[in-house]
Amino acid sequence: MNRAADPWSRLPAAVRYTLLTLALLAVWQAYVSLAHVSPLLFASPVAVARALGAGIASGKLVTATVATLEVLIGGLAIGALLGFALASFASFSRFGQDVLGVLSAIFNPLPSIAILPLAIIWFGLRPQSIVFVVALATIWPVALSTDNGFRTISTTTHLAARNLGLRGWKLVSDVLLPAALPSIVTGLKSAWAFGWRTVVAAELIFGVAGSAGGLGWYINNARYFLQTADIFAGLVVISVLGIAVEALFGLLERRTVVRWGMKRAA
Amino acid sequence: MERGETFVIIGPSGCGKTTLLKAMAGFMRPASGTLRIEGGPPREPGPDRAVVFQDFDQLFAWRTVRDNVAYALRTARKFSKNDALRRASEALALVDIARAADRYPHELSGGMKQRAAIARAIALEPLMLLMDEPFGALDAITRQQLQIELARICADTPVTVVLVTHSIQEAIYLGDRVMVMSPFPARVLEIVDTSHARDVETPEFARLTGHLRDLLVRA
Repeated sequence: MNRAADPWSRLPAAVRYTLLTLALLAVWQAYVSLAHVSPLLFASPVAVARALGAGIASGKLVTATVATLEVLIGGLAIGALLGFALASFASFSRFGQDVLGVLSAIFNPLPSIAILPLAIIWFGLRPQSIVFVVALATIWPVALSTDNGFRTISTTTHLAARNLGLRGWKLVSDVLLPAALPSIVTGLKSAWAFGWRTVVAAELIFGVAGSAGGLGWYINNARYFLQTADIFAGLVVISVLGIAVEALFGLLERRTVVRWGMKRAA
Repeated sequence: MERGETFVIIGPSGCGKTTLLKAMAGFMRPASGTLRIEGGPPREPGPDRAVVFQDFDQLFAWRTVRDNVAYALRTARKFSKNDALRRASEALALVDIARAADRYPHELSGGMKQRAAIARAIALEPLMLLMDEPFGALDAITRQQLQIELARICADTPVTVVLVTHSIQEAIYLGDRVMVMSPFPARVLEIVDTSHARDVETPEFARLTGHLRDLLVRA
């Protein structure tokens, strides 16, 4: 069939996605209403919306979201900086390359959440433990993608930079970094995804002890009181934030690598 | 090689033309023998020996054409930002791409990218302009236009040009002297004076073309 003649294809993307989301919500609501599911087990979209509204109004959901984002952004910033520094170090010498190779081989396969017990021993039941674990989860995707980006830069671009007399840190910051940006953004994206999963998981575990925590704690806390709609509300926030960050990365790419012709528009 | 001349290196693939050019630029050291520029061995790569490559990605994709030139001037020649931008605009006008100054390299045709690369190299006012088949990836007509412009630039500026090419016609047209190399083992067959041949239509140009072709066939 001709795709252009397909009425669905002719709708704008935003409309298509909104319609699909609405359809999903309708099926969800219909299931809960018609199948008489216990509200303790499964919340309807309407109940979730109410729980969301109440959570935001009371400020609890907002506080939890801010707490999670603080820890996540802190950990991600540390992890990304270290990852970037490691990759830069690796670009200078064979030794640096080997250091990155060995460290990433050892630590990259470790799910960083498995380090949480150690982190708790070292830092206690404080946000620092989670920041540490998130940093550990994000350093490797950033380091490996950046390193890969540096090493796949066109030889001619590299020679042209050296011809201008660039070397050392200035070569990294002025040429290697922008030339490797497509890979670096990819690394940051997967670092964000790893970090996001890690922070929520760590908060779920933490939830037992923490008094005021992030979204993972919020979800776990709602479980204690069998407030199923609040659990869903927490999940919705996590998902919506994920979509927002994805959009932010898209914007960043359009402003940089797509504009520079290094990557085609999605 | 003499100051201000256009010295062309021609030879079949694998004879070491590009290697020689890279050694002059300081990207690599000669495996044997010595290379002297201004009385000493070539130093680290530097803007006193500006290189124009064949590949289009010699331009920085994340900078506009003007910024590519201005950045080079600020980095390599320590120009102030304003001076660099003004000088960049002048250099772009010289190679006739001032109208594309604010575009990114990927928005340009191959010929315009090479013009921008030449503008960047010329703006640096190098001692030597090293060109590695700069027009190799261009169509015949664009190539001819750029040859004419390069000849004009070479005549107008005191720069010494070292040009590596595959094209006999380009070698004679642009070169004051043409060095013919042969591979396996790489060696110099002959250095031919071509400074008097500029017009393709003349019998002398045809004679030199024939002579160089004979040398290359034997190489």
